[in-house]
Amino acid sequence: MVYENPDGVKIGLEIHVQLNKLNTKMFCGCSSKYHDSAPNTHTCPICLGLPGALPVLNKKTVEAAIKVGLALEGEIAEETQFHRKNYFYPDLPKGFQVTQYDYPIVSKGKVVIEGEDGEHTVGIWRAHMEEDPGKLVHIGSIEKSKGVLIDYNRSGMPLIETVTAPDMRTPKEGRRFLDKFRNILEYLDVFDGNLEGAMRVDANVSVYGGTRVEVKNISSHKGVEKALLYEIMRQKNVIRRGGKITQETRHFDEARGVTIGMRTKEEAEDYRYFREPDLMPMKVSDWIPRIKETFPELPDAKRSRFIEQYGITDMHAKSLTSKIMLADFYEGVCKEGTDPKQAATWTADVLLGEFNYRDLVISSYDGSTIGCINDKDHSITNSVRVADMVKLISLFADGKISDRAAVEVVRSILDGEEEKTPLQIIEEKGLFKAEDDLVTKAVSEAIAENEAAVQDYLGGAEKSLNFLVGQVMKKTKGTADAKTAREMLVKELKG
Amino acid sequence: MITKEDVEHIGWLARIEISEQETVEYMEKLNSVLDYFGQLDELPTEDVAPTYHVAEIFNVFREDVVEESLPQEDVLANTEHKQDGAFKSPKIV
Amino acid sequence: MSEAKWMSVAQVREQIRNNSAEEVTARYLETIGKSKLNGYVTVSEKAVEQAKEIDSKGHDGPLAGVPIAIKDNISVTGLPNTCSSKILEGYVPPFNAHVIEKLQAAGAVILGKTNMDEFAMGSSTETSCYGPSLNPWDPERVPGGSSGGSAAVVAGGEAPFALGSDTGGSVRCPAAFCGIVGLKPTYGSVSRYGVVAYANSLEQVGPLANNVSDIAVLMDVIGGYDRRDSTSIDRKIAYQEALKDDIKGLKIGVPKEFFGEGIDPAVEKAVWDSIHRCEDLGASWEEVSMPNIPYALASYYIIAMSEASSNLARFDGTRYGYRDKGENWHSMISKTRAEGFGVEAKRRIFLGTYALSAGYHDKYYLKALKVRTLVKQDFDRALSKADVLMAPTMPNPAFKIGEKIEDPLTLYLSDVNTCPINLAGVPSLSVPCGFTDGLPIGLQVIGKPFDEATVLRAAYAFEQNTDHHTRRPPEVA
Repeated sequence: MVYENPDGVKIGLEIHVQLNKLNTKMFCGCSSKYHDSAPNTHTCPICLGLPGALPVLNKKTVEAAIKVGLALEGEIAEETQFHRKNYFYPDLPKGFQVTQYDYPIVSKGKVVIEGEDGEHTVGIWRAHMEEDPGKLVHIGSIEKSKGVLIDYNRSGMPLIETVTAPDMRTPKEGRRFLDKFRNILEYLDVFDGNLEGAMRVDANVSVYGGTRVEVKNISSHKGVEKALLYEIMRQKNVIRRGGKITQETRHFDEARGVTIGMRTKEEAEDYRYFREPDLMPMKVSDWIPRIKETFPELPDAKRSRFIEQYGITDMHAKSLTSKIMLADFYEGVCKEGTDPKQAATWTADVLLGEFNYRDLVISSYDGSTIGCINDKDHSITNSVRVADMVKLISLFADGKISDRAAVEVVRSILDGEEEKTPLQIIEEKGLFKAEDDLVTKAVSEAIAENEAAVQDYLGGAEKSLNFLVGQVMKKTKGTADAKTAREMLVKELKG
Repeated sequence: MITKEDVEHIGWLARIEISEQETVEYMEKLNSVLDYFGQLDELPTEDVAPTYHVAEIFNVFREDVVEESLPQEDVLANTEHKQDGAFKSPKIV
Repeated sequence: MSEAKWMSVAQVREQIRNNSAEEVTARYLETIGKSKLNGYVTVSEKAVEQAKEIDSKGHDGPLAGVPIAIKDNISVTGLPNTCSSKILEGYVPPFNAHVIEKLQAAGAVILGKTNMDEFAMGSSTETSCYGPSLNPWDPERVPGGSSGGSAAVVAGGEAPFALGSDTGGSVRCPAAFCGIVGLKPTYGSVSRYGVVAYANSLEQVGPLANNVSDIAVLMDVIGGYDRRDSTSIDRKIAYQEALKDDIKGLKIGVPKEFFGEGIDPAVEKAVWDSIHRCEDLGASWEEVSMPNIPYALASYYIIAMSEASSNLARFDGTRYGYRDKGENWHSMISKTRAEGFGVEAKRRIFLGTYALSAGYHDKYYLKALKVRTLVKQDFDRALSKADVLMAPTMPNPAFKIGEKIEDPLTLYLSDVNTCPINLAGVPSLSVPCGFTDGLPIGLQVIGKPFDEATVLRAAYAFEQNTDHHTRRPPEVA
């Protein structure tokens, strides 16, 4: 099956990713951990652009950029340098942005995604380093603003801007690309996608008979599908009505899910790029072997290895490797002697399922505990210990608790009892599987007390058995294994 | 030769407001200087590499080590236009 | 205590030992108080206090208690830093420039900030928002620029020495016009951290003093590597050790292009007399040709203005400095910049913006960078045959206030002999070498990159065997 792309949709993305795992900003020693701080408390003469201050490049920025380049299978430039992009905006304290122009550090890469018709390659034109501007807060709405408040805490944070070829054909492919890209970056340990403003996306969208429109301000990887759907629909409708698509920049309003044309500029911008005279050029291609030596296993490779090494399904492997922290947690559980297939089921199906149900996103893994935060309210956090998962699976595998009880334990942990061990929870809730004689007793009682149901069953009404099983479960307070109870009832009644 | 329109465009790019009369004055003075700059055209430079810096050194980096930031009070000390720890400016457009 | 005027650093130190730093500082402040030169734009309220503190701690440090004047584009914590521009009105930096940290560590006392051409754009201090400084030799004339305030206060006896900055001649020009010594060090040998940029790839901080020795003393303090300036180069230079009265065997190149049309005959004669004096002292000279020098001025101005147009973009009234009203941010900054920058700064921003703009980048900016290569090659060639080059610093003595300011091109042409040095990044020093009609003339001694030692030795030997530097300006009434 080949995807026909009937409307000739072409989507290219420009993705700004903050290298927020670095300790400091790009050109100064200000801490990058500003996200929960008061405005303008993580600034210095350099990132405020005070007259006379000079930039000195954080080495880790370049290392991270090379890592990204290698992960994108791109070419790393022999020689690379910074330019100034000159334009005026209140979030830009120097009146120019330090960025890369005709010598980007990475060019010609690619990412393979699951496309509409199987594996689909998205070309990467370039990836370059640049500094983040500050943050603006409009007093009132952006259209009816009464003024702007400016916080330069973000100013000077290191960014990687990645520009793809217009190779995506549907909004879904756009989102899949971003999911994969984000996953790769997290594997490289250069980026924490959960922090505010960590990833910002601009999209170039065109359809048959139209021209390229830029959609700006897509602030999350989740918003991209929505923005693209809207914009493609809008363009198709304009053409259907006989209108013309004008080359323009539109702003995505995430709350309303629409793209809005920005007021057309009176005059075209002219960024007057020239080489940043305060920074020296770089020759860093000889770092590649060293960086490759410690290069992490990337998602695709890990997925294949999991299938091979642990004998798990591709579905499980894909799910477990969708987050580096989840994959590490899974391997942590396996390392303790847990059956890998059981571990996969309990991690990928149960644990991840419960995370998703609660809007929890994985935010950390420290080798013994996986942490997560609520996507809608970052003040809500949760965690699960490897040791607890191992114990839980072993209790289940040994027949000490039922699968329902095990799920119950996972839910309890996520619903505020993460301090307790599974054993404590099981004991407190009386979730241990009932002893066999207890079940035998309950079976006898259920038969003796429900003459009518017994007769119905013996008369051929299979569903009456369900009622009897329910009675057994009730008498054992749910600790009996339903399957065992059913078998025992049948044996007792039909001999 | 640059025109009045060029001068207006440059003024916009450089965000410097100029009056009608200034535009004419600028045009004349800028043209006399640009005329002088034009003498460089006499020199053939097809095979000459540009010099951005006299001593081209490569790979100047700092380590990723945190240094102290300025206190918020010092950051905002040079302006009266501030609110809640932030710089305050008029609406953008 | 004798008058605190025109003392060498050694004499100042002796005075401090015999009396106190406090007293010496107070004497300078008294002279400053009576001055009509308009050399200082800010006099530090803390100078006496600083001097007292140094007295109390004992006088260690090579400059313990020695007062110094600082050009108003070099950041000093707590002192306004205006670059003589209205747009920086009220701006007080919360940090020190690298050279200021070095000076303070050496025990120097900062007297104040000196007048300059706005953002170092000019050769006369006439573009300053505070009005021009006056030349101590003739108050109707300019002191040169852009570090004109620094030169005027040193020549006027209001500071033993001073710091300036030199982008295209801004230390050497006022040194020549005011009859003192000024050095533009090799690019990369003095940190630019904390110095407000005019043209980043061209400028260096440089000292101005009454004699060559004091230049070396100051360089030993402010020179050296700084990790905060990515263009800083880690090369040790022993400045004071170079001060030897011996130039036997020194090979001097005399580039004839520096004696071009428009040169004042008195200047030409004084410079040739100086070269012959060096010959008497055992040096030899030879004429050298540097065919691309006539193109240096245009190349220099295009590069400087281009870089400046970007450097000066940060001045928009949003975070500091002057701010006008506007209905929105873009109109606010357009009015702020229109009102806050002076005519010459605006002219250069316009020209630089144009030179970098789409369609003109290659014709102007890229072309200028290529010509810069040719100019640098001229220096490489000339300095491969000679130890130093000697030439007039300025083609003319100090001109009258108002004489050149109306026509930008005429004003730019005064940098004809100084700006090629910045394109090549080599060191160059201006030393007094004569007078014409009571106005000083400067001899420019140009060296190989990082070979300040030879430049200083040549200038020192010349100075030791001449008496131009001992002449003092008449009292300014």
